[in-house]
Amino acid sequence: MTRRVAVTGLGVIAPGGLGVKAFWELMTSGRTTTRPITSFPAQGFRSRIAAECDFDPREAGLVTAEIDRMDRYVQFAVVAAREAWDQAQVEVADPWRVGVCMGSAVGGTTLLEHDYVATSGNGERWLVDADLASPFLHRALSPASLAAEVADAVGACGPVRTVSTGCTAGLDAVGHAARLIEEGRADVVVAGAAESPISPITVACFDAIRATSARNDDAEHAARPFDRDRDGFVLGEGAAVLVLEDWEHARRRGALVLAEVTGFATRSNAHHMTGLTTEGVEMAEAVRQALDQAEVSSADIDYINAHGSGTRQNDRHETAAFKRVFGERAHAVPVSSIKSMIGHSLGAIGAIELTACVLALAHGVIPPTANLDTPDPECDLDYVPHTAREEDLRTVLSVGSGFGGFQSAVVLSHPERS
Amino acid sequence: MSPAAVITGLGVVAPSGIGVESFWPAIRDGRRSLGPLTRFEPNPYPVVVAGEVHGFEQSEWVDGPIAVQTDRFTHFALAAAKMALREADLDPVDVPPFGFGVITASYSGGVEFGQREIERLWRNGPEHVGPYQSIAWFYAACTGQISIGNGLRGPSGVLVADEAGGLDALAGARSELRRGATAMLVGGTEAPFCPYAICCQLGHGLLSPGDDSTTAYLPFTSRAAGFAPGEGGAMLVVENADAARERGARARAVVAGYGATFTGPQRYDRSAEGLERAARSAVAEAGVDLAEVDVVFLDALGDGRADLAEFEALRSLFGGRLDQIPVTAPKTGYGRCYAGTAALDVVAAVLALDHGAIPPTPNVDECRFDLDLVTGPAREGAIHTALVLSRGLYGGNSAVVLRRPEPNEGGN
Repeated sequence: MTRRVAVTGLGVIAPGGLGVKAFWELMTSGRTTTRPITSFPAQGFRSRIAAECDFDPREAGLVTAEIDRMDRYVQFAVVAAREAWDQAQVEVADPWRVGVCMGSAVGGTTLLEHDYVATSGNGERWLVDADLASPFLHRALSPASLAAEVADAVGACGPVRTVSTGCTAGLDAVGHAARLIEEGRADVVVAGAAESPISPITVACFDAIRATSARNDDAEHAARPFDRDRDGFVLGEGAAVLVLEDWEHARRRGALVLAEVTGFATRSNAHHMTGLTTEGVEMAEAVRQALDQAEVSSADIDYINAHGSGTRQNDRHETAAFKRVFGERAHAVPVSSIKSMIGHSLGAIGAIELTACVLALAHGVIPPTANLDTPDPECDLDYVPHTAREEDLRTVLSVGSGFGGFQSAVVLSHPERS
Repeated sequence: MSPAAVITGLGVVAPSGIGVESFWPAIRDGRRSLGPLTRFEPNPYPVVVAGEVHGFEQSEWVDGPIAVQTDRFTHFALAAAKMALREADLDPVDVPPFGFGVITASYSGGVEFGQREIERLWRNGPEHVGPYQSIAWFYAACTGQISIGNGLRGPSGVLVADEAGGLDALAGARSELRRGATAMLVGGTEAPFCPYAICCQLGHGLLSPGDDSTTAYLPFTSRAAGFAPGEGGAMLVVENADAARERGARARAVVAGYGATFTGPQRYDRSAEGLERAARSAVAEAGVDLAEVDVVFLDALGDGRADLAEFEALRSLFGGRLDQIPVTAPKTGYGRCYAGTAALDVVAAVLALDHGAIPPTPNVDECRFDLDLVTGPAREGAIHTALVLSRGLYGGNSAVVLRRPEPNEGGN
């Protein structure tokens, strides 16, 4: 007897859209937010473009002590958590029954790099000078501090943890949070993910494996999932937080249920840390498991929110995975990648994508894939190019794929599905 | 009711020994494995005593090309995973294709590898950053490499919850087994001893400044002044009890119960209640009575306030019977290995159940609380139920109950 999991609150910090309202406007507009990097001087890097958040922590409501203490990605998370918590209006009777599950792939790299430069004298000293470090540097080493800050922001005293499965961390954090409720370990879990990876070391490490787009002279069209002329992903940043709640707990207090988390599964390809097979067997298996848990068949899926990173390999890999699960019907299911508009914010993006899915269910609108001008002949599904589409949605699927070989799938359902 | 999760294999890379055949005698006999920090020289930092893994031949465990693509923490994890599989006598090809997964806990990631690459970036320029930085530094490196190295295509995970993450990962593995996985590799390893990692850790303020390896880490004593950090950790094979029995594997212990709470970073006044609640949940889930707990493996942070909070948690749990319950912290012999530390505590507890002996708390010979802290020689006697406690630096409190398997839970 498994407990059902309701979504009762949403919060988002994304490029081009701080807050749920602005985010959804962007998602349905088909506009892109990718641009030349302003976070640091990017001359000399192969990829010099990103989707950045125009985020002023003070305007976002953070006070000086919080701004001093929290790395950028933690600030995103706390602001998004407060938005979600405000919407959910949970009256907490028992804080020990409230948990937190947050995802991040690279955690505090922004502060780690900033203080590395200071303590090493621009890389001159192996034995760094610890006296020059920020008093908050220790928090940057371990993204456990991310979940801890979110827990404090909402007063959670139940199970609190950070999930760090690379680029599937956002999906996995929400999936694991749902399990905490299903297994009866919490009644409410604040779940989501955050990332602020636009710093020299992260840009350089993706340069080194040519994973990111070098379309530097045409930044706004650089993120081109499923397009013939795609040349890699565009780095993004942001956060999203969902308030998950035991279905009965939400019903009893008369909460507005936005969606239900009905299925979650992960599989690994055991193939390569960064490479993908052309078959998509493991992603297909994750999807099948998630559908099973949701007690739906592939015929019930009305929309697939793709990983759609825009690398040569990924888009073919997941197209193959969808065909494996959906058979001929794969051509009839709308698929889109919002990374075309807001870039790939690594660990955060899965939670941002789930937020887009909840809004898609609520509004009956599918966000489009921007920049899809000329489909890759090997990517021959309906990727909802350029323009959002109105569609009555009952059950949607979101998938992700990450370094390490991780494949994750989450199924969300309309609250009135049954 | 789904079958139990049983531990069938243990892999250890610790300052006190590589492999259980070295680790068990070392902790049973209270051997002292702390020493000067030698991973870099000179050491200009106010942390002198540490638990380093010596005698680890990475080439014995990690293929050459993989070794250069990975950090030391992943070398440890790959080695520990290999040992655990060997000990469990389990070949992944004999497990259903999507039935074998991996969950690891991490605290600092591949930070030594990362310091080398970031130095190249800032000293020489972006084009000097190598292709493996993207897969060696991040927290998911060990789960990914263990999965690839052993062909494990089942459910995977990575948790970052500092010390407590080791217990959270074990609970995560148990959850996957209940949801249909056949076997899981689970644990955590750390290698936090490059200069920049030490620089980061100094800020949490809990590292012992002591320069004598026999007195630097003395939890529960009046001389407690922080902890000695350690490197290494453990990986365990956990299996569905029915599957383990079917293949004739020996179940070493049952992962019977788990609980977790959060009381905030270094808010020790509240962690007493948090630890107590986590332990109560774990005991309740295990379906045992607190009176059945034979031994407690302590968090033992080594900070006066934290030790007091842990004592108060135990007093609330056990009341007047507290002084009759042996408690221990073998980690005082080798240091706190962050995410590896709770995994090592679980290994120590499994070995204690197995051998009928409670390993002692090395270096500690007085206790300022009314506790039956095991010091001196190991305490012999049958043990059926062990409670393992762990707290994360950022405020998590986790507890796991381990039990000796009943004959019908996968005996010989």
